[in-house]
Order: sequence, then C-alpha cells, then structure tokens
Amino acid sequence: MAATALHLHSDLAGRYESNPATRESAWVKWTVIGVSLTFFALFILLPLFIVFYEALRKGWEAYLVALVEPDALSSIKLTLLAAAISVPLNLVFGIAAAWAIAKFEFRGKSFLITLIDLPFSISPVVAGLIYVLVFGRTGWLGPWFIENDMRIVFAVPGIILATIFVTFPFIARELIPLMEAQGRDEEEASTVLGASGWQTFWYVTLPNIKWALLYGVILCNARAMGEFGAVSVVSGHIRGETNTMPLHIEIVYNEYKFSAAFAVASLLAILALVTLVLKTFIEWRATQTLKRSKT
Amino acid sequence: MRFNLTRRSLIALSLGFALSGSAFADVNLLNVSYDPTRELYQEYNAAFAKYWKAKTGETVTLKASHGGSGKQARSVIDGLDADVVTLALAADIDAVADAGLLAKDWQKKLPLNASPYTSTIVFLVRKGNPKKIKDWDDLVKPGIDVITPNPKTSGGARWNYLAAWAYAKHLKGGSDATAKEFVKKIYGNVKVLDSGARGSTTTFVERGIGDVLIAWENEAYLSLKELGPDKVEIVTPSVSILAEPPVAVVDKIVDKKGTRKVATEYLNYLYSPEGQEIAGKNYYRPTDKKVAAKFAKQFADLKLFTIDKEFGGWTNAQKTHFADGGLFDQIYVK
Repeated sequence: MAATALHLHSDLAGRYESNPATRESAWVKWTVIGVSLTFFALFILLPLFIVFYEALRKGWEAYLVALVEPDALSSIKLTLLAAAISVPLNLVFGIAAAWAIAKFEFRGKSFLITLIDLPFSISPVVAGLIYVLVFGRTGWLGPWFIENDMRIVFAVPGIILATIFVTFPFIARELIPLMEAQGRDEEEASTVLGASGWQTFWYVTLPNIKWALLYGVILCNARAMGEFGAVSVVSGHIRGETNTMPLHIEIVYNEYKFSAAFAVASLLAILALVTLVLKTFIEWRATQTLKRSKT
Repeated sequence: MRFNLTRRSLIALSLGFALSGSAFADVNLLNVSYDPTRELYQEYNAAFAKYWKAKTGETVTLKASHGGSGKQARSVIDGLDADVVTLALAADIDAVADAGLLAKDWQKKLPLNASPYTSTIVFLVRKGNPKKIKDWDDLVKPGIDVITPNPKTSGGARWNYLAAWAYAKHLKGGSDATAKEFVKKIYGNVKVLDSGARGSTTTFVERGIGDVLIAWENEAYLSLKELGPDKVEIVTPSVSILAEPPVAVVDKIVDKKGTRKVATEYLNYLYSPEGQEIAGKNYYRPTDKKVAAKFAKQFADLKLFTIDKEFGGWTNAQKTHFADGGLFDQIYVK
C-alpha cells in the first residue's frame, strides 16, 4: 500500500529540470503530462461532473427532497454511525499495532504485519460472509445471540463489524513506516530523563506521528463511509433501517429514481472532495513541520 | 482536544442508539420480498398501515427488504427477522420451511396456493422491435442477445426458464430432450446473468445491453411506464407460464416477536378488494374475479401453463432443474 503512504513534497524535481544535463527533452515531458491529464479528465473529472450534473438535473428542490426522504436520511445516519464507531476503534488499534511493530522486537512480528494487511487482500464480499457464517442463525455464535434477543448480522452491529474489518489496516499502515523510520531514540531519551510511559507517548511519540495519524484517519473514514461489498452482505437491506448510503444509492437507482440516486451519490462525492482537500492540507502542514525541524 | 472529541462522539452515539430504540415501541413488521415488488409493497404497506390503524388503533411500522428471491430466502435462513416472506416462487419459501422456520404445509394456509396475485413471463424488446422477436423460438436464433437473471438466485429467472421449457415441450414432436436442447440454446445466447430481476432490467434498459429481456410481466410494464414507450416495447409470446408468487407468515419469528395476528392480517388483506386493486395497479394479475375484470384490458390473453401440471409442482421442478447438478447446471456450462 505504498501508494497511500504520506509522501512529502521535495524540490528534487525542480533541481533536475534546471540542469540541462539531467533534463528530459520537451516532447517527453509534454507527452507524459498530456497523457496523465487526459486520463485524469476522462476517468475522474468526467464521472465526478456527471454525478453532480445528474443529481441536479431536476433542480435543487428535487435534490433536497431526495436527501431528506426518510430512507435516505436513515441511510446517512447509519453511515455516519458506522464511521463514528469504526474510525475511533481503528485509531486506537492502529496506534497500538504500529507501536508494537515499530518499537518492539518480538516473535511473530511479521505475522502480525501480514494479519493487519489481510483486509486489503481479502474480497469485501468474503469479509461480509465471514460475519454471516459466524453470527448468522445457523452460524457458530449466531444461535446464542438470537436466543438472547441480540442481532448481529442483518442489523446495525453487523454493519459496524464489517466496516471495522475493511478499514482495519488504514491507520496502522500509515503509522508503521513512519514510526519505524523514526526509531526509538527519542523515546529512550525521554525515558532516561524520567518521563512516565504516558508522558513519553503524549509529548514525544504523538507529536511525531500526528500528521500521518490524521492522514490515516481521513483515509479510514472515507473507506468506512464508502464501503459497499462487505456491508451489502450483512445488511439484509431493510429499508430505513440497515441500508447505508452506498446501499441506498443502489436501491433507488434500481427503482428508476436516477436523480435521487445521484443526489445521494453526490454527497459521497462531496465527502471524497473534502477528503482530498484535507489530505492536501495535511501534506502541506507535514512538509512545513519537516522543513522547520531541519532548520 | 482529540479525547474531548471522542467523548463527545461517544455521547452522540449512545443518544443515537437510544433514539433508534424508541422507534421500536409500536408494532414492527418486516416483509422480506423479491426484487420487482418494490413499488407494489410500497403502496400496499401504506394502505395496510392505514387499515390496521382504523381497525385496531395500533400503529404498525412496515419495513421491507428486496432482492433476488433465492438470495432473500437465504438471508431469512441466516437470521434476517422476516415476519412475512413474499417471494417469487414456492420453492424459495420451501427452503425457509426446510430450515425449520415455518410449517411445511404453509402453502395450504392461505387461499389459491397462497398466491394472492399472479403474473406471467413476457419479452421486453427495443423500440420498433428491430430484431423481429415474436415468440420463444426467436430467442434461440444466432446473433440474438438475451438478458435474463441467474436461476440460482432469482425467482423470476426460474419462471423464465420453465416457461421456455414448457413452450419447447409443447411444440410438435416436443419432449424433455428437445426442451433441454431448446433451453440450452437460449442460455447460449445469454449475454449477462444478473443476480436479480431488477438488475437484469437495469442492464437491458439503462445500460442498453442485449436485444431482448425475458421479464416478469409486471416488471416489463413498470419499466415501460417509468422510462416511456419511446425506448422499449413489450412482446407477448404465444404461450407462457402462470407465475404464482406466494406469501407466508414465518411462524418461528412471529411467535417470538408476538406479531402473528398483524402478520396474518397483513397477508389476508392482500386478498381483499383493496389489496387486489393495488396489485392490479402495479401490473400484477389480480386473482379476485371482480378486480381482475376491471384490469382485464391491461393484460394480454394468452395460454398459460401451470407449474403443477407441467412440472409436478415446485418441489419437483426445483429438484430436477435447479438443484446442484440439476438440468440447469448441465445446460449452463461455459
């Protein structure tokens, strides 16, 4: 998942270009730029534009009606709830796992790293099915829960579990490379100077990792709200109860209410745009911090 | 600061739970249905809630879940709390009964094989019928792209399959062997095999794939109404099958939730003139004679085979055709 790692801008590119010895010929430069921009426009900007165009095709009024319709509202609430539970949990887990991996040596470390990556490599549908097999009426634990009047799958808890599962690696994966690179020196110094474990974490480790952490949280949140496959399997698709926004979009689309579907989809698209802006801001801040620490 | 935030969101969460809890104070009924009944039950649920309120003073909250019929049955077996199931065909409710959730003789508990409304299978083609598709034998011609859902997950798809089978068997010199060959040729022309009927309709109408969609009659009329007659048109074949989508109360769940009375009435009301009227309006064929006469103009008059006569009932048809290693599996090998 190197592609999602926080990368800091450097001025290396500028330095190579100003030097004739390392400069690429102009046509290579413009072809590469042209190809990537065309691709970007065709595959990302155009669909994004279509989402908003379709959403507003019947006017603002229809747009708002589609969003405040009870089933849509309930799907928005459920999506926010799932994200509000899974992101903090993954935050705690992510820091703990990254800390364990970066700062300690222990047996089975590489196994733990593989486990953290598992949700990335497993198909979301399988992730959902796992929960049905465990908590379903005929599953391992399902009968006990049903006996005690608790519902896991085809209810809100199942959706939250599935969301946690698919968003598991995001925060840990952001932190591990950074914490490994930073090493243990500063923490050791802090301990030698008499700080408690909690003080060391709060005043030394956390400030060092905060931008990567925030970045992980944002990615985790985006995925938590956008997840379709795993949630679809455990949802049971009860209207106004167990449909998240992505599921609601599919349902209204299949009911020939195309503008309504695109209206809810545009909300998710706005979320993506906000994520993008936040991400850029965080990268910028992280670069600033890095520069300051160098001088 | 961050910890403050977490605490605040935790409070918001518990509030959210408390709120969602209070929504369950009144009677709550979940109808797990198949794909094309979305519009039907949306209208019917509103009518029934009104009727129940007037009759008992109780407010009933009706929830619905839709998807491929076989998939929905699977969900109920896996623990989706359906008070009533209204699926595409008896075999899917049989599967739920086999899992011990309702009595095996469920189909005898309500009139007319527990099917308050019926439908049949027709074709949807592109405007002007450019490929000149008139009857079942046009579907096997080379170069015709057919859209139909997967019989393993979709109830409508199983009716489609059986209708084609019955047509071929009743041709001159027809037998089970020629029927198998005929159906095999149709599936050889199938371009996209979606998991549910609504998915197939979207594939055909919205994504513009295929020359002909084999569809529920109600689904075909609905897409005609929703998308306008300038895009697609309906072709009624010479013969088809009488599709009886049955309904049943899920004994084990209503007894646990204490909703047997309202669940039973929910299904009975489907047979009332009001319920039948709503079915007719949503392009299902009403079974009540008076209401059916009112909607007679809406539906083509064609010869319809029945599942009981042609295939010895759903239990048999399911076993022979759609079980693992059954005839469909033999036909659909790519």
